[in-house]
Amino acid sequence: MACPPPSQISALELLGFGECGWGISLVWGLGNSIVIALGAYSLGFLIGIGGAFGKLYGGPILKDLLAAYTTLVRAVPELVLILILFYAFTGALNEILLSWGYDRIEISPIVTGIVVLGLVQGAYQTEVIRGGILAVPVGQLEAARAMGMPSLTMARRITLPQMAANALPGLANLWLNATKDTALLAVIGFSELTRATSSASASTKAFFVFYPAAMALYLIISLTSTLLIGRIEKWARRGQRDVRT
Amino acid sequence: MKKIALSLAATLAFATAAFAEPVKIGIDPAAYPPFTELNADGTWKGWEIDMVIEVCKRAELECEFVATAWDGIIPALTSGQIDVIMSSMSITEERMKVIDFSDKYYNTPTLMMVAKGSGLTPDPAAMSGKIIGVIVSTTQEAYSLAHFPDSEVKSYQTPDETYQDLAAGRVDAVVSDSLVGNVWLATETGLACCESAGNVPNDSAILGKGAGFGIRQGDPLKDKLNAAIASIRADGTYATITAKYFTFDIYGE
Amino acid sequence: MQAFLKPHRIVLFLIALALVVWCATTMNWTWLANPKYQAMAVEGLWRTIWLTVVTMVIGFLLAIPIGFAQAAGPAWLAWPARAFCTVIRGTPLLLQIWLLYYGLGSLFPGNPWIRDSVLWPYLRESWPYALVALSLSVAGYEGEVMRGAFKGVAHGQLEAAKAMGMPRFTMFRRIWLPQAVQSVLPTLGGETVLQLKSTPLVSTITIMEIYDVAGRVRRDTFIIYEPLILLAVVYMILTALIVLMFRWFERRLPTRTA
Repeated sequence: MACPPPSQISALELLGFGECGWGISLVWGLGNSIVIALGAYSLGFLIGIGGAFGKLYGGPILKDLLAAYTTLVRAVPELVLILILFYAFTGALNEILLSWGYDRIEISPIVTGIVVLGLVQGAYQTEVIRGGILAVPVGQLEAARAMGMPSLTMARRITLPQMAANALPGLANLWLNATKDTALLAVIGFSELTRATSSASASTKAFFVFYPAAMALYLIISLTSTLLIGRIEKWARRGQRDVRT
Repeated sequence: MKKIALSLAATLAFATAAFAEPVKIGIDPAAYPPFTELNADGTWKGWEIDMVIEVCKRAELECEFVATAWDGIIPALTSGQIDVIMSSMSITEERMKVIDFSDKYYNTPTLMMVAKGSGLTPDPAAMSGKIIGVIVSTTQEAYSLAHFPDSEVKSYQTPDETYQDLAAGRVDAVVSDSLVGNVWLATETGLACCESAGNVPNDSAILGKGAGFGIRQGDPLKDKLNAAIASIRADGTYATITAKYFTFDIYGE
Repeated sequence: MQAFLKPHRIVLFLIALALVVWCATTMNWTWLANPKYQAMAVEGLWRTIWLTVVTMVIGFLLAIPIGFAQAAGPAWLAWPARAFCTVIRGTPLLLQIWLLYYGLGSLFPGNPWIRDSVLWPYLRESWPYALVALSLSVAGYEGEVMRGAFKGVAHGQLEAAKAMGMPRFTMFRRIWLPQAVQSVLPTLGGETVLQLKSTPLVSTITIMEIYDVAGRVRRDTFIIYEPLILLAVVYMILTALIVLMFRWFERRLPTRTA
């Protein structure tokens, strides 16, 4: 490890994968961020679908509990929720296991991160998907019901496709939030992209190499996502009249 | 991911596999040279790392390293995310109320660093109205709050942040561990901006009895760790490891 | 009220109440009586509110020209404005805050011209960086909303004004701006809540707002959950206040819905 002082290393070498470069560290961080964002978003989507249908068609108790969940999560900063869930989730789980005479179990930090951000995502996605379902014209559902269409077919042919088109912009926004929220895990010492960037720049003092590089990486994620989502939205809206002039 | 790779590497390195459950060693990922530091490639290095690898070997424990932010390292221990804290944590009365400690494995004085030519000394009167940078919830923070009542104490999450702000002139002094501080003062940035103002007067009630492994209260790991530390100390391995990093014994009296 | 108080709700309320009582009696709240923490909490709360309000105002004022430049400005203004919004919206706020404070902040002291200037005592502090970072964030998000709002102003009105020979600035002031601002007002409440929820991030650059105070209590007393639970409640109350305030505000505004 005979690296020269950082001030004598070129920017490219600092970002590279050589012995004195921080490239591997940054790429690991990026990988962590993407894995957590994907995991949390998927978990959030499952919660969101369940939550939206529960809020619309569930029993009164379920409706109220879901309302409490979405209101609570959306009113408290993500950082605070992450801290509470981060310690409470593993702590409570282990306490229960211990009291039942089992051993402590190991939960990897990545899984914790995914569960925590997934619960946050779930609350927002519930609202977006619920809005998407509500925007499906009631007349169509009534017509389908009048024709004797089974409810599963109705969901598959009418509710879900139209809901998808309506909810897509909101869901797209939430995906971008998910990628950016992974940065919050840096505060609890998680080595995702933001933490990797700050460690690298603190060690080398090359702030204006690492921070712009990390920003570029985040931008690449968000711009490619936007592009892809635009494609998907076009596909989802096929057959809809363009309301824009 | 990185941690999975790390723990894998750590597991392979020890390869004792005498116990099924690996012991999770929580380390603050913020660079704390020469004790703990992350390499650019994500592996760990430093005196404490060498030390704990040896301790695990002797105690026949399968150990893995888990990066845990200093800020929440005690809650992480008590809530079971990690089993041992190894981050140069000083053994203090306050902390003993919530966790147990092994015997100390090193003990060094506390240093004050200031900007070159500032003429500041670790004297409450001289520091009156000045800004002192420390790391949150450290013995140095507690010391600064108690002994420099007329100074503003600014608390940072990581050591690097305190150095950056000392170099940037946003704080007038930084109170830190003397070994860690001296290592930084010898770096390029440290040499350019700052100098030592000398060690602060000792106050063992606050500064503690040296650094030890933190464990959950009543955890039988304590005896194993103590035995390992004693044997490392007795057979000269301690001196061999220390010689790689320091020119003197850091065990303290 | 009758529709609200259904039997199952009463049961749920009782369960919630039991939970609160359980929290209050079995958990450790003794630290609340410590006057040191009380003073810190008041100060922290004030900082949180101050940061939220001031950065919202500055950010919104910045968002107007940024949105307008994108909607109607010449290309050399529109492109930088768009790039600004993309960068702000596409990267984590935490990264922006750290770049400003540690990155930009590290350049200043090397420069004797800045170090000797009257601004230095402020540049030494951390709150100006927090203020700038949080304001720019609002400017980026709201700038995008303002762009849509300016575009949404009916073209016929602008053409009519032009035909009447109205000067361009008067046109902006009398037609464009009021309508655009009115159309984004409903989004401001939500944006303020988001901004409130972003303020804890500045605790990472040594600003002692309410989140940091809770952290300090946790570190001093080694109590894990209680300060966090109370903190969550405080944020919920603040959010509720913001929502109520904007609702009241909106009701006072003359609105015309199509």
